[in-house]
Amino acid sequence: MNTTLEALIQAHRDQAGALLPILHAIQNQLGYVPAEATPLIAKSLNLSRAEVHGVISFYHHFRTTPPGKHTLQICRAESCQSMGSRDLEAHAKAALGIDYHQTTTDGAISLEPVYCLGNCACSPAVRVGDEVQGRMDAAHLDALIAELRQGGVA
Amino acid sequence: MSYKIYVPCDTTAVSIGADKVATAISQQAQAQGLAIELVRNGSRGLFWLEPMVEVETAQGRVAYGPVRMSDVASLFEAQFLEAGDHPLKLGLTEEIPFLKQQERLTFARVGVIDPLSVSDYAAHGGWAGLRNALTLTQADIVSAVTVSGLRGRGGAAFPAGIKWQTVLTAQGEQKYIVCNADEGDSGTFSDRMLMEGDPFCLIEGMIIAGVAVGATQGYIYLRSEYPRAFTTLKTAIANAKAAGFLGANILNSGKAFELEVRLGAGAYICGEETSLLESLEGKRGQVRAKPPLPAIQGLFGKPTVVNNVITLASVPVILAKGAAFYANYGMGRSRGTLAFQLAGNIKHGGLVEKAFGLSLQALLNDFGGGSRSGKPIRTVQVGGPLGAYVPAEQFHLPLDYEAFAKEEFMIGHGGVVAFDDSVNMAQMAQFAMEFCVEESCGKCTPCRIGSVRGVEVIERIRQGENRAANVELLKDLCDTMINGSLCAMGGMTPFPVLSALKYFPTDFGLNAAPKV
Ligand SMILES: Cc1cc2nc3c(=O)[nH]c(=O)nc-3n(C[C@H](O)[C@H](O)[C@H](O)COP(=O)(O)O)c2cc1C
Ligand code: SF4
Ligand code: FES
Ligand code: FES
Repeated sequence: MNTTLEALIQAHRDQAGALLPILHAIQNQLGYVPAEATPLIAKSLNLSRAEVHGVISFYHHFRTTPPGKHTLQICRAESCQSMGSRDLEAHAKAALGIDYHQTTTDGAISLEPVYCLGNCACSPAVRVGDEVQGRMDAAHLDALIAELRQGGVA
Repeated sequence: MSYKIYVPCDTTAVSIGADKVATAISQQAQAQGLAIELVRNGSRGLFWLEPMVEVETAQGRVAYGPVRMSDVASLFEAQFLEAGDHPLKLGLTEEIPFLKQQERLTFARVGVIDPLSVSDYAAHGGWAGLRNALTLTQADIVSAVTVSGLRGRGGAAFPAGIKWQTVLTAQGEQKYIVCNADEGDSGTFSDRMLMEGDPFCLIEGMIIAGVAVGATQGYIYLRSEYPRAFTTLKTAIANAKAAGFLGANILNSGKAFELEVRLGAGAYICGEETSLLESLEGKRGQVRAKPPLPAIQGLFGKPTVVNNVITLASVPVILAKGAAFYANYGMGRSRGTLAFQLAGNIKHGGLVEKAFGLSLQALLNDFGGGSRSGKPIRTVQVGGPLGAYVPAEQFHLPLDYEAFAKEEFMIGHGGVVAFDDSVNMAQMAQFAMEFCVEESCGKCTPCRIGSVRGVEVIERIRQGENRAANVELLKDLCDTMINGSLCAMGGMTPFPVLSALKYFPTDFGLNAAPKV
């Protein structure tokens, strides 16, 4: 783990404003930013651990625990609400048996809120990995969840 | 002979099946031994017709849509490659009324060209603005932008030329151009469409800005919710560089400009320009007190132009066709065009680039076709989560910055989110406060604590607890947030709340609008 982290930090440390690029690189590779990363980054960028931790905790995107195999984001913003996203999120929570920021017991799916995916002309929208799906409804969401549980999609 | 077919690679088109359609078309063509050239263009912005497939004919491009994977076989049977008749045939793309009635200046190429082809861009008028700019003095470039009347499209509508002038005259060995591509407002997607559909237009605008103010480094700060735009921009930058438009000696002019894309990390507040700069520097995205203005002390303390994607992408056409050409569109002090975005509960969701001055009514009905659900549109939220809810009786208002401001409405980034009569406006008001709780940067009390109180008070009003007293409390709280917040996050969250209360009192269990 530490050699992976060191390599990722090394690859980005000389960029101006390197901290976010480093954190993105780590999360891209590992799915989250592990606690071990904080002191290594702090040392490399000549920051305090508190500063690095403060940055990680400020941004919704960065997580400090491993995600499930897939992360399902449901858009909660206004445009999607106008097309029924409140019902959709209730349906997702019930179908998965979890709340936001949790992972199903089989480790397949983590559920996260998101505020707008820029897909508002085809609301409501959800995102899995790098794929956005528009005009989502309960039936399509059930199909998507089933597909994810079988290990498909992104 | 090879047929040329276009299937958009735009996020929204793909979100409803464009990739599958593209694959099906390739496979079917191969199976039938037909030679095709499949271009993945941006979207024309007619999203209710996406995935929209176009074929090139001698008469022009002919569109079919919305095409599903299961329609592909029948399209081939109908000889769509020869523009054959089919129930999904829409005719010549340019003649579709929704598109024909627009004034596409900034979006002239989006959906038309191959987004990653430098030569396709050039063949459609690209780089002409930059070539002109390279023959002008810095002051003349800035002056063209000022005279065009272009105002910032990110929300605050500040005159772009004046900002550029400040950076041009500011002292500093290093200056920066920063593109604000954080597009966090619900109901907006014009930045995304432009970056995915015509990235060179943004790149050209940024190079011109760099030449104008003497900045040699640019950054595009892109929200992490836009993975496709990220990939497109990175490739486009590499292609532009290979073709000599970026680097140490742009088109042998002796001018240098380098460009990099950086990803945000899911914080709405990082769309606020000083928070964005903090984030680019690798810090928490906390808002800075102004002054100093970013134009004087911006990124890493250096003079910096921060402009929205659409602001920068409108610069090439201004430099190519002249300031007067652009300023000729619009009304009052709102010059040029705005890329309005029709979103939410709307039949024809999509992008409408029009000169300022058309009415909301025209936008919602003539273009939008009314609600998607078929029920009456009760209200629209214009300008994102910090924008007011405009009631139906105000839909006659012209879309003009000043006309909107007079009613305490905001045009902002041009997003229009429609709601039908099933909406509960007290719930939307509460959501505005909840969003502020979630996204506040935490620097000042009125925003950080005020929004938490706001949620509680609205909950109580909705439950009928001491209603009159709690409405008074809510109004006081909004007052405190408006007057005491450091930035517009806390300072404008009250606008959707107060507009809901003013125009939809019955949703709060009140008989009449409380006096403000
Ligand atoms: C809370 C908040 C969020 C903002 N989000 C954005 C955004 O996502 N994109 C944007 O261009 N401007 C946004 N702005 C406006 C910027 O602060 C700034 O005015 C803009 O980047 C300047 O560019 P322009 O003059 O070209 O519009 C936001 C402002 C606030 C207060
Ligand atoms: S108003 Fe809110 S977001 Fe803006 S500086 Fe204050 S706490 Fe931060
Ligand atoms: S509000 Fe959901 S995609 Fe924009
Ligand atoms: S955080 Fe601003 S007053 Fe304490």
